[in-house]
Amino acid sequence: MAEGKLRIATASLAGCFGCHMSLLDIDERLFALLEKVEFDRTPLTDIKRCGPCDLGIIEGGVCNAENVEVLREFRRNCKILVAMGACAVTGGLPAQRNHLDIGECLQEVYLTEPSLLHGQVPNDPELPLPLDRVHPIHEVVKVDYFLPGCPPSADAIWKFLTDLINGRTPRLGHGLIEYD
Amino acid sequence: MTPTAPYPPPPLETAAQPERLRRVAIEPLSRVEGHGKVTLLLDEHDRVHQVRLHIVEFRGFEKFIQGRPYWEVPVMVQRLCGICPVSHHLAAAKAMDQIVGVQRLTPTAEKVRRLMHYGQILQSHALHFFHLASPDLLFGFDADVTRRNLVAVAQAYPEVAKKGVLLRKFGQEVIRVTAGKRVHGTGAIPGGVNKSLTPAERDQLLKDIYQTIAWSREAVQLARQLYEQDPALYDEFGRIDAHQLCLIRADGAMDLYHGGLRARSKDGQTLFDHVSYNRYWDYILEEVKPWSYMKFPFLRSLGPEAGWYRVGPLARINLCDFIPTPFADHERREFLAWAEGAAAGSTLGTHWARMIEMLHAAEVIKDLLHDPDILGDELVTRGERQERGVGVIEAPRGTLIHHYRVNEEDVVTRCNLIVSTTHNNQAMNESIRQVARRYLDGRKLTEGLLNHIEVAIRAFDPCLSCATHALGRMPLMVELIDAQGQQVDRLTRNDDLAA
Repeated sequence: MAEGKLRIATASLAGCFGCHMSLLDIDERLFALLEKVEFDRTPLTDIKRCGPCDLGIIEGGVCNAENVEVLREFRRNCKILVAMGACAVTGGLPAQRNHLDIGECLQEVYLTEPSLLHGQVPNDPELPLPLDRVHPIHEVVKVDYFLPGCPPSADAIWKFLTDLINGRTPRLGHGLIEYD
Repeated sequence: MTPTAPYPPPPLETAAQPERLRRVAIEPLSRVEGHGKVTLLLDEHDRVHQVRLHIVEFRGFEKFIQGRPYWEVPVMVQRLCGICPVSHHLAAAKAMDQIVGVQRLTPTAEKVRRLMHYGQILQSHALHFFHLASPDLLFGFDADVTRRNLVAVAQAYPEVAKKGVLLRKFGQEVIRVTAGKRVHGTGAIPGGVNKSLTPAERDQLLKDIYQTIAWSREAVQLARQLYEQDPALYDEFGRIDAHQLCLIRADGAMDLYHGGLRARSKDGQTLFDHVSYNRYWDYILEEVKPWSYMKFPFLRSLGPEAGWYRVGPLARINLCDFIPTPFADHERREFLAWAEGAAAGSTLGTHWARMIEMLHAAEVIKDLLHDPDILGDELVTRGERQERGVGVIEAPRGTLIHHYRVNEEDVVTRCNLIVSTTHNNQAMNESIRQVARRYLDGRKLTEGLLNHIEVAIRAFDPCLSCATHALGRMPLMVELIDAQGQQVDRLTRNDDLAA
C-alpha cells in the first residue's frame, strides 16, 4: 500500500452497476479522490482478486455461489466493509424473484415446450449455481456500514468517503439519505 | 437426452475431448459492465481447442415483472442496468405508449425523450471509451496490469481523462434535467413525459453544449489517431465478418430513438429494410446453448448457423445512409472512406464509430436545446387501450427490444426482452476465437496475452448486467433439413406474446 493512501476495493454482485455509476458521478471530484485513495480489485481495474484493503464496497445482493465466494474474499481482506445501495442492503429488485421457484423460472425461460430440441436449462459446470433466494449481504458476512438508495447519490458517496478518509465516523445528514 | 443444435458447432466452440485439456479462465472480466467470464481449453502444446464467453448469472426479470401494473414498468426496468437505465426506461415507455393506444406523442414529449436518450448515448459512449477502453488503446494491450485503468490515464494523459470525465458529466446532467436524477430517474410515462424543461434548466445545459461538441470532435480525432498509429493491428484484431442490424429512419438517416429495422448481410445485401419492429419475431429467433445463460439470436431467414449478426455503433454507422448532423456525418464519410473501408469492418474500428456517434449525440442535444418545444406543457396523450406493446430503441450498445402483454386489470402478464448485448453474443464469441487463434494459440499464456481476449470483448462494450437480467422468452424454431436441402419438419414454440 502506498504511504498514507486508503486502499479501496469494490465489486458488483447481483446489482445493476448503477451504484458504481453513482460513484463515478462525483465527476471531477474523482481526481481529488485519487490523491487520497488507491484502487485494488474493482470493475475499473484489471486486478482480479481482492488483496488487503482498508475499505471494501459491495454493490448488489447475493444470488449465486460465486457471489458468496467474492463477498467472503472481500470480508477477509477489507478492514471495513460497506453495503452500497438497495440491492446490497435489502436484496433490492433482483430479490423480487424470492417469491418464485427458481427451477420454474429457469424452465419457463429456457424450456417452455418439452418437444423443443434446443430448449434446455443451461447447466454447464462453468455456470455457478443460482441460490434459491437473493440475499442482502449482511445475511452472509458482517457489514460495517449501510449506504441506502437506488442508487445512493454521488454526494452521499462523496460525504461517506471523505469522512472516512479524514478519520471521522461517516454521517450522512439530512438530504443525503434517500431510498429511491 | 442432451439436446444438440442441428448443425456442427462453429470452430473452437466445443472441444472434442475436453477432459484431456487444461482449463484457463479469465474471471471476472474487468472494465466491462456486469458479470461474465471467458474459459479456454488448451492441450499440452498450448494449442487452443475451445473458447467461450459465459454469462454466469440468472435473474429472471421477465418472470417477476409479471403481475405488476403496467405503469410501474418503465421505472422498474431501469434496474436492469445502471449504465443505460434510460434505454430500458424509454424502450418500456415506447411499449407502454402502444398499451395506452398512443400512436403519436406530443412534440414536447417526443423531444424531451429524445433529449434524455441522446444524453444517455453521450454519457455511455464517453464512459466506455475513456473510463473502460482507453487504457488498452493508450498503453498497449499487454501493458502492466497496474497501468490498465483510468487512474493511470489520469496520470499520463490528464487532459484526456479530464475531458472524458466532463463529457460523461454533461450527458448525465442532460439525463438529470429530463428524468429527475442521473441514475434511475422517472421522466417518461405511458403516453408521454411527466415534465418538460424550464428555461433555467435549458440555459444551464446550453452553457456547456458547445464545449461538449468541441471535445467530442477531439475524441473522434483521438480514436482515429489511435487507429492510424497501428493500422495493421487495428484492421485485423478480432475481425469478424458479420451481418448487421439496426433501426433506421424512413429516409435512411441514423435515428437512435425510432425507426424501422434494417439488416444487411456480411456482403452488403439488404436482407430486410424499414420493416416495423412490431412483429420482430418474424425476423429474429434465438437459440439456447447449455454453457451460457445468454441466448444466441439469429436472423430467421438465414438460420442459426449462418444467421448471427452484429448490432451497435459499427453496425449503425455502416447501415445508415447518412447522419443528420453535419460534423458527425463528415466523420462518418471519413471513417467509411479510410483505407478503402478497412475500418468499417474492423472490430476495433467500433471505438472510432462509437466516438462519431458521441459527436452526433452532442449535435442532436444542441439542436434540441434550441427547440422551443422542449419547454412546452402538452406532456401526455391517450388513445384506445391495447393488450400488446412493443418498444424498440437503439441503446448505446445496439438494438434493444421490449415486449409486453397487459391484461384488462392493467397487470403485465407476459414480458420478453432482447437486450443489445444479447444480439452480439455470437459475434463476441467469434471475435475472441479469432484473437485466440491469432495471438494465443501455441504460446505460453501471460496475463497480457489474456488481456487481448478482453480487448476484443471490450470493443463491443458489452453490458453483461443487461444480459444477465434479461434472458428473453422468444419464440424458438427448429428446422430439420434433409440432404437435398429440403425442409422435412419444423418445430416452433410460438410464444403467446405474439398472439
